[in-house]
Amino acid sequence: MANKISINVNGKMHTGAIEARKLLSDYLREDLSLTGTHIGCDTSSCGACTIHLDGKAVKSCTILAVQADGCSVTTVEGLATNGELHPIQEGFKEEHGLQCGFCTPGMMMTATDLLKSNPNPSEQEIRDALEGNFCRCTGYHNIVKSIQYAAKKMA
Amino acid sequence: MTKYIGKSVKRLEDKRFLTGQGKYTDDIKLVNMAYAYILRSPYANATINNIDISEAKAQPGVAAIYTGADIPESIAGVPCGWQVNFKNGDIMKEPPHPLLVRKKVRHVGDGVVMIVADSRAIAKDASELIDIDYDIHDAVTDPKKAAEPGAPLVHEELPSNVCFDWELGNPKDEVAAALASAAHVTELDFTNQRVVPNAMEPRSAIGHYDTAYDRYTLHTSTQNPHLTRLLMCAFVLGIPEHKVRVVGPDVGGGFGSKIFHYTEEALVTYFSKILGRPIKWTADRSEAFLTDAHGRDHVTNAKMGFDANGKIVALQAYTYANMGAYLSTFAPAVPTYLHGTLLQGLYTTPKINVDVTATFTHTNAVDAYRGAGRPEATYLLERLLDLAALEMKVDPAELRFKNFIPAFDGVTQPGYQTQVALQYDSGNYEPVLKRALEMVGYEAFRQEQANQTNGKLLGIGFSTYIEACGIAPSAVVGALGARAGLFESAQVTVQPTGKVSVYTGSHSHGQGHETTFAQVVADKLGIPIEDVEIIHGDSDRVAFGMGTYGSRSLAVGGSAIVKSLEKVLEKGAKIAAHLLEASADDLEYNDGKWTVKGTDKSVAFGDVSLTAYVPHNYPEGIEPGLDFSSFYDPTNFTYPFGAHIAIVEIDKETGAIKLKRFIAVDDVGNVINPMIVDGQIHGGLAQGIGQALHEGAMYDEDGQLINGSYMDYCMPRADDFPSFEIDRTVTPCPHNPLGVKGAGEAGTIGSTPAVVNAVIDALWKGGHEVKDIKMPMTPERVWNAMQD
Amino acid sequence: MIPTSFDYKKANSVEEALSMLGDDTQILGGGHSLIPALKLRLNSPGTLVDISKISSIKEISDGGDSIAIGGGATHASIANDKSLDQYCPMMGQAAREIGDIQVRNVGTIGGSIAHADPAADWPAILLAADARIVVQNKNGSREIAADQFFKGFFETALEEGEIITAIHIPKSQKNSNSCYVKFKQPASRFAIVGVAAAVEMDGSVVKSARLGLTGVGEFAYRATAIENALTGKPLNETTINEVVQNATENTNVMSDHFASEKYRAHLANVYLKRALRKLG
Repeated sequence: MANKISINVNGKMHTGAIEARKLLSDYLREDLSLTGTHIGCDTSSCGACTIHLDGKAVKSCTILAVQADGCSVTTVEGLATNGELHPIQEGFKEEHGLQCGFCTPGMMMTATDLLKSNPNPSEQEIRDALEGNFCRCTGYHNIVKSIQYAAKKMA
Repeated sequence: MTKYIGKSVKRLEDKRFLTGQGKYTDDIKLVNMAYAYILRSPYANATINNIDISEAKAQPGVAAIYTGADIPESIAGVPCGWQVNFKNGDIMKEPPHPLLVRKKVRHVGDGVVMIVADSRAIAKDASELIDIDYDIHDAVTDPKKAAEPGAPLVHEELPSNVCFDWELGNPKDEVAAALASAAHVTELDFTNQRVVPNAMEPRSAIGHYDTAYDRYTLHTSTQNPHLTRLLMCAFVLGIPEHKVRVVGPDVGGGFGSKIFHYTEEALVTYFSKILGRPIKWTADRSEAFLTDAHGRDHVTNAKMGFDANGKIVALQAYTYANMGAYLSTFAPAVPTYLHGTLLQGLYTTPKINVDVTATFTHTNAVDAYRGAGRPEATYLLERLLDLAALEMKVDPAELRFKNFIPAFDGVTQPGYQTQVALQYDSGNYEPVLKRALEMVGYEAFRQEQANQTNGKLLGIGFSTYIEACGIAPSAVVGALGARAGLFESAQVTVQPTGKVSVYTGSHSHGQGHETTFAQVVADKLGIPIEDVEIIHGDSDRVAFGMGTYGSRSLAVGGSAIVKSLEKVLEKGAKIAAHLLEASADDLEYNDGKWTVKGTDKSVAFGDVSLTAYVPHNYPEGIEPGLDFSSFYDPTNFTYPFGAHIAIVEIDKETGAIKLKRFIAVDDVGNVINPMIVDGQIHGGLAQGIGQALHEGAMYDEDGQLINGSYMDYCMPRADDFPSFEIDRTVTPCPHNPLGVKGAGEAGTIGSTPAVVNAVIDALWKGGHEVKDIKMPMTPERVWNAMQD
Repeated sequence: MIPTSFDYKKANSVEEALSMLGDDTQILGGGHSLIPALKLRLNSPGTLVDISKISSIKEISDGGDSIAIGGGATHASIANDKSLDQYCPMMGQAAREIGDIQVRNVGTIGGSIAHADPAADWPAILLAADARIVVQNKNGSREIAADQFFKGFFETALEEGEIITAIHIPKSQKNSNSCYVKFKQPASRFAIVGVAAAVEMDGSVVKSARLGLTGVGEFAYRATAIENALTGKPLNETTINEVVQNATENTNVMSDHFASEKYRAHLANVYLKRALRKLG
């Protein structure tokens, strides 16, 4: 059965009719072709699908698209403004915080949420905050440095 | 001349990934595309009596349902690309690996039915309406038990589960005699457990048949599109290779698991023509756990003998290697030519024998996983060495210094001939361990360890490793059983305006080739890096390639680029000489221009390239254009090495291990981009440490993978690691033009035994003289070791 | 991973939600227990009634002698609540240990305790806090003491057609303190052993203690024998070692590939001691 939804994604309103069972991650990827949000697991563990829902980092694979009706969503595609990289994007580039790039969007969305509540996190606080984001390439070493870079830049 | 080489140039490919514009296979949407779901066996060993698809087929939106009966007998299945022979010369057992099983499933996850529908949801819904009647049989999952008489047979047409047996090195009696006369023998039984690669991007494949051109396109998450095309065309589907395009777009990590040609790639390709629609299949993570080729899974007994001075006199190793139910693409090579051949390590051991039995079990296939064989060899050697040091009450670092092969550069001094077939290219082993000891502050650490009083146990573990990288030359790997050449190709196309397109057969899935290769090209041509584009991953754009694995891309693929660049400069010089009215011999090339030596007469690279394409004023006998292809087949493997040290702290009450520090000093030869090499080392370390502390696939007796999700399989997280402390020495490779050795696997190969050795060291210091803790070293396993 | 088809109804009030409940319906709160189960098709309801938009059950408010936490309050909002840090510090400590940032931003306390995973954190804390769980049904509302709420393996005192609207956490007295310590299952980071300890002192001796354990048995329980043994004694190393002998008495200790029965029981003692030491 189709459910009408209206969602603001990266500042743009999207309305449509979807199945109730459609996950927000699938809605973003399939219906809106915003494929920067990735799906890496079935168990809400890996964090590759992390987006901001009303300003907070959430795992879009564990939210129904219908639940996002009336909400505002930011995906990785919405991080940069007017072609200018967000400091977190700049940090990941400068500190080589990404290799294959698959976990990167989720990492950055979690990191920006962290920096909102804790603008100057310690290394341990950063590592703890990444509990819900898996990376197989970097050993997390440069991801930590990337977030430190962004924190400094945003201070 | 080296504006870029040796510099940490920021990655040119980053922007698309940072802005969500990376294009992975599942991101691709084709017109009229249908979606496949593969219904897999829930049993490890069962006979299929009947498959009823009638109800599922009738569902709205279901386009087709295919079973093994829909695949012609002529399509036997996916092949194995490496042949190992039995000791008696017989060819290894190589049973077929069908695209969809007709009669007998052999592991949980074996594909039985492919449902194709208008959406993933419809395909999944329909799959639940399919009724398969199975007779369930006993299973065997352990590689050693599988070799025992009476074990349930994985392939009933074979006499046993043994795929092959194999031996390398000095005669066993010579090794036995040396061990018998040794002053001390350390013996260890251990398991190098099965791990799941877990590239973060689950595998995905889209098959598309274009009737207008009678041509197939396969987009797939692969590390080597051309090899996939070759295997699928020539050995599976029997379709002409020129009628198939294989694209490996952005790929979200591989770690070995995306080298291999998988059944799903052939299925979506084959059935896209029959259905008349593109078909996309993407694995769920649960499916990835069951079907991505796993790694390691060796059961080993090894003995190392020492003389009274602590010199190693002999090594004997017996290993059972688990192949899984079917032979994956390179599976037979891993426990043999990538493992047995590395048992010389960094040491002068005069007598070595390794004996391997590979067996089939009712489990998912096992194949190359980051390091592939070399981590297993390193684990064997380094565990024995640290344990021997404890048993003989000598310092583990000293024991290594005593046994290191003396330095040799491979140029003025010959390479080092091992007892196990390989000849090392160049090596200087003492400095890496010395530097690591300096970084760790060894004496101070031993003091701290001796004085510890806080209810914790501190331990230090060492690992000094060597690896064979490059996975080439072709003649050598061919003699060792490879059914493919292992060279690399590169085409350098200089555009009329002097911009350069480089087509490489290497494939980047995180390694940063688009930057590192561009650094090499920009420096060799003396042009800005922005003027270079690296193109890879598409068999229609890149003429041929062997792909990326075995830390080979820069050493082999990079060298192929250098060869083409040399041809460009050679031809360019002739054109320049004509323009300058000089002899080519009188020219020198610097900073992007040819200059007549000793004069200020010069012509720029861009002027020469333009002349090559607008050849109005042009030398006679020279073809227009500036475009060269090369194939590079090296003369030897490359041999990176290093020293890793782990420091751990054990909670005596719980057995929980905290990795406090990890020091790695690696020598990967010359370094083009230090930032990228460091990143490769970091990631490798995390995977190697992950195996020691966190990861391990567990099959129960019925052949069920009991930790097939992230809720049960422990993926290492950011808070499991300290920041790594790394450094390097540089011993150039003497036989390739860049002097590089490869960095992709070093971290994984060296790190695992260092961590285990550190835990064993801590336990001995606490009075628990255990020889082994099974990996992953869970708190309970460590706690149990302290309960004696 | 796609759930089976279902209908979706969004409730704007608890009353509306209750009116939507019926045969083959399930309540969707934060969804962080339910949606994973739907995706794996371990659960396939006909209709989901979404209560996650009902603002009245998301608040955390001062209820005089207790703090009232809405059933729809997220773990993150509990983690960030200053009054809870003051009156029941173990609440915030536990909230910050649940899942990860993303999970805490969406997952709710009501959803978690209704699901009653034997390895979830909240049950141990609610037992130790002497919490009262307020549930509403079509006939009104009722309160269930935490001691009566957790009844078995994924089993609670919640009945069909009931919604958890609030959890009342009594404000701790002066001279009281509480804490939560946890030994995590390394993959899921759920509790292999989680111990919530709340102790009220009378001068230098324990006046009363409540000790909740999760992850150990088929459902969370209180170590009442140890609570009793602590009473009247000074909270020091000698007492702790003396009274914490068998934290799993009368409990059917679970065993899995992360922790055998023997090891889990051992950890229960170790972590109970650690919790008490933090309060001592």
